[in-house]
Amino acid sequence: MFTGFDFNVIQNSLPYLFIDGMGFTVMLTLLAAVGGLILGTLIALMRLSSIPILPQIAAGYVNFMRSLPLVLVIFWFYFLVPYIGQWVTGADRPMRVGGFTSALITFVLFEAAYFAEIMRAGIQSIPKGQVAAGYALGLNYRQVMTSIVLPQALRNMLPVLLTQTIILFQDTSLVYVISLTDFLGAASKVAQRDGRLVEMYIFAALVYFVICFLASRLVRHLQTKTAILR
Amino acid sequence: MNYNWNWGIFWEASPEGVGTYFDMLMSGLRWTVVTALLAWAIALFFGVIIGVIRTLPGRWAALIGSSWVELFRNIPLLVQLFLWYFVVPELLPRAWGLAIKQLPNAPFWTAAIGIGFYMSARVAEQLRAGIQSLPRGQRMAGMALGLTTLQTYRYVLLPMAFRIILPPLTSEALNTIKNTSVALTIGLIELTARARAIQEFSFQVFEAFTAATIIYLLVNLAVVMLMRMLERSVAVPGYIAGK
Repeated sequence: MFTGFDFNVIQNSLPYLFIDGMGFTVMLTLLAAVGGLILGTLIALMRLSSIPILPQIAAGYVNFMRSLPLVLVIFWFYFLVPYIGQWVTGADRPMRVGGFTSALITFVLFEAAYFAEIMRAGIQSIPKGQVAAGYALGLNYRQVMTSIVLPQALRNMLPVLLTQTIILFQDTSLVYVISLTDFLGAASKVAQRDGRLVEMYIFAALVYFVICFLASRLVRHLQTKTAILR
Repeated sequence: MNYNWNWGIFWEASPEGVGTYFDMLMSGLRWTVVTALLAWAIALFFGVIIGVIRTLPGRWAALIGSSWVELFRNIPLLVQLFLWYFVVPELLPRAWGLAIKQLPNAPFWTAAIGIGFYMSARVAEQLRAGIQSLPRGQRMAGMALGLTTLQTYRYVLLPMAFRIILPPLTSEALNTIKNTSVALTIGLIELTARARAIQEFSFQVFEAFTAATIIYLLVNLAVVMLMRMLERSVAVPGYIAGK
């Protein structure tokens, strides 16, 4: 079955695969996770806000994003971002936007919808009395949120947020559709250059598996460690 | 924005020779739906088996069940599709590999199998959670009545577990539909691929993507409504969603 399996092709392309490819993937994952979490938290706050219309806008955004395939959203922003850039800067032609920027904007906006739902659950898990106590102490909305509700919500939801980040890590492989060189893109370029599809794709699968498996184990371990006993 | 909008594009003849751009989108939608249906059937079949296995006592059952779930959950779907499409035919005996490669609609079969197995791990996890959420007295009652393990699952545990997990199963069904778009990378000409083709032929990128977006939203809505109807018709009175 593995006769003619060429391990050299993997060995020779290791620096390219991990420095160029995995570097891109990890960078995109981390920045998108941080951006998605910040935007997602704001959307969650909007969704739970008592100001009219805000909850509807937030819910509409979340439901809209969650019913579209990520591949379609990647294409959307790949073509849309240059025009938005032109509109913002007032230039007379669509702005040139790098693949990384376009992908990052896509993933932040897309993941924000998923992080928003997680943060909403986290915020709702905080007893109402704590919010009331905060107001009774004379804190304003921002203070109640940033020093009472959000830290606890974040802590309670940490395992779920990290699991979502693992999914995001896997999803970044979809930038393949706009020909960016993430880890899979790099593996695929080597595979096609050397005609070694079998070796490269098995290797890529193995690397993804090991990383995601270990990360999900860590998350489970963390979950038992950080659980607040009530 | 100096973009030339042309919403009439869908009624113009497509460069494929037959039909309009709108027909192109519809043919894409058909492939999306057919692929999603077959993938969902595969996901349910294996998901139910593995989900049940994961709740059985015994070390071997647990090992098989968790290996399956970890394997299909920890590799990105795109990589799994590449494995099924490019790698599996090479690893099989030569004659089989050739036969698979020459299959008509190979991207369709590969996509359905790949997405089906990928989703089966998720279905299995949902079902396991559903079975484990049942009071343990139900399993004991089944055993006490003299039912075999198979009968306990068939008549006591599964009917209730399926009803409990209908809402999460709905979102997994929606995920299956959305995931079919990943198969454009192995040459399945489904809805997103069609929208992309329209963009390449006509340069009307935003009209094409808007149409695809609206179609996806409508399909989602249809699935959600169908599942609501199913939920209502199988609800047990006086229990969970019952009246």
